[in-house]
Amino acid sequence: MTDETAVLSPSAAGSKEPAAEGGARGQIWRSRRYRWDLRWSPYAFVAPFFLFFAVFGLFPLLYTGWAALHQVELTDPDSMTWVGLKNFTRLWDDEFFWNALRNTVTIGLLSTVPQLAIALGLAHLLNYKMRGSAFFRVAVLTPYATSVAAATLVFVLLFGRDYGMVNWALSAVGLGAVDWQNGTFASQLAVSTIVIWRWTGYNALIYLAAMQAVPGELYESAALDGASRWQQFLHVTVPSLRPTILFTCVVSTIGATQLFGEPLLFNGGAGATGGSEHQFQTLGLYLYEQGWVNLHLGRASAIAWAMFLILLVIAGAARLLRGRGASR
Amino acid sequence: MRSLRAGRLTYVVLALFTVGSLFPLVWTAIAASRSNTRLAQTPPPFWFGGNLGRNLQVAWTDANMGTALLNTVVVAGTVAAGTVVFSTLAGFAFAKLRFRGSRLLLGLVIGTMLIPPQLSVVPLYMLIAELSWTDRLQAVILPTLVSAFGVFFMRQYLAQALPMELVEAARTDGASSLRIVWHVVFPVARPAMAVLAMLTFVMAWNDFFWPIVALTQNGSPTVQVALTGLGRGYIPDQSVIMAGALLGTLPLLLVFLVFGRQIVGGIMQGAVKG
Repeated sequence: MTDETAVLSPSAAGSKEPAAEGGARGQIWRSRRYRWDLRWSPYAFVAPFFLFFAVFGLFPLLYTGWAALHQVELTDPDSMTWVGLKNFTRLWDDEFFWNALRNTVTIGLLSTVPQLAIALGLAHLLNYKMRGSAFFRVAVLTPYATSVAAATLVFVLLFGRDYGMVNWALSAVGLGAVDWQNGTFASQLAVSTIVIWRWTGYNALIYLAAMQAVPGELYESAALDGASRWQQFLHVTVPSLRPTILFTCVVSTIGATQLFGEPLLFNGGAGATGGSEHQFQTLGLYLYEQGWVNLHLGRASAIAWAMFLILLVIAGAARLLRGRGASR
Repeated sequence: MRSLRAGRLTYVVLALFTVGSLFPLVWTAIAASRSNTRLAQTPPPFWFGGNLGRNLQVAWTDANMGTALLNTVVVAGTVAAGTVVFSTLAGFAFAKLRFRGSRLLLGLVIGTMLIPPQLSVVPLYMLIAELSWTDRLQAVILPTLVSAFGVFFMRQYLAQALPMELVEAARTDGASSLRIVWHVVFPVARPAMAVLAMLTFVMAWNDFFWPIVALTQNGSPTVQVALTGLGRGYIPDQSVIMAGALLGTLPLLLVFLVFGRQIVGGIMQGAVKG
């Protein structure tokens, strides 16, 4: 590659610099500084990332593992009592942990699957040549600009039991009102709706970008073979997008395991319990409840590591899938 | 690229999506312009009322919105600036410079994206408590000042957009690496830097989990933390809460109105190369 010669040639030239020449001292010094610069500046350029990551990422990561083996209270984080794996075995017997895990999986599926399916269809439509395409793209992305807090507060009102607009619309078409905050499935569906609303447009744009990279000849030959638009979508678009789809699946799954703000605020001021009967308490929320409401930082750390292990399993599964699917 | 033209049905469906995307936002404004009692009636209001000024004012004072907005601007601005500068430096090194261990280091950068933020929250909290940073803005700024996504994004951009000849020419002229960054890399990277700045700003503005742990509502909260305080009154006034939500969202909506196309382009660009 050309960049190798670029790196090598100045230093090679520098070493050829004859020291015997009179008045070459400045030049030697310059070439030495030059080589030093070439050699070390890449590290200087990547150093900020790794410095910040070491202090605010890696150290906390390892320390969480350490804290998970101790009893630590938020009120006095300096005094730690070694308890071994007790925090983890406790989780194993903790029905609220399993409940939170179950809820996280359900809400994750309820939000991720429709979200990505809708995004795919939406991207397909946005890919047509049309007037106002820029407007539509910005419009569907707008929810991305709203915060979890603002969006959830609005949806709490829309999903209100007595005066909410959703229930009003449901009764207007002759269906009964739903108790969105207290029903188990209903509340999880409502929380998922917030996620879907905020992220569908974003994922649609990612799909759209991938679709525009699909070579047009593929569609042309498909059309020659008499494939309808729907068949082209199924047999050309979707297979070409496989890596992108997998990527969004992984990203959305990571997002879903970390779900926190929506269930916290959907509770209407009741705090971190995730509903009167923990019906929409996620793992993220349960971690927060254990750590910052019940003040058990050790247990919160154990939950964090449990979440991490679950993610690793998912990432491993995705890798396996990709390994099997990739023919390139 | 496809040359298929959109049929009428496409427009209809896209218009429906647009309504679905924008309706909750418009309705926030409608609810913010009504009274709490009007919101507790059927059918819910579909058009604006006359209470917007009053609700905005109450939300402004109750949630200390002025301070919160200022804090959020400081946080999001600093985080965006830091992320862009550090990401461009690292991205340039990974894209165009040869150095021992670069592949391994890049792998590490990407690997950090897999770590869920919750995993670090407990010790991070202990760390800032140790430094007496609780309720201080640096508690939110410093841990998010670098981003693996940013490094990766800039690397992908510079690998394509920065011709190696430019760097070589500058080297032949005897420019130091820092000068090359300043006079060659930054000018070339400017479009991607702008996109990354906007994406980071939006993300930092909306960040919720860490700020709510690190900042309390009584200290110096960001807008998102302040908003949760509004909902916790004895008898929460929904129209005031909606006014608060509006205040917290409007600045970003304005950014979207102005830079929407660039943000869309940036997300799509990052997606293709990512």
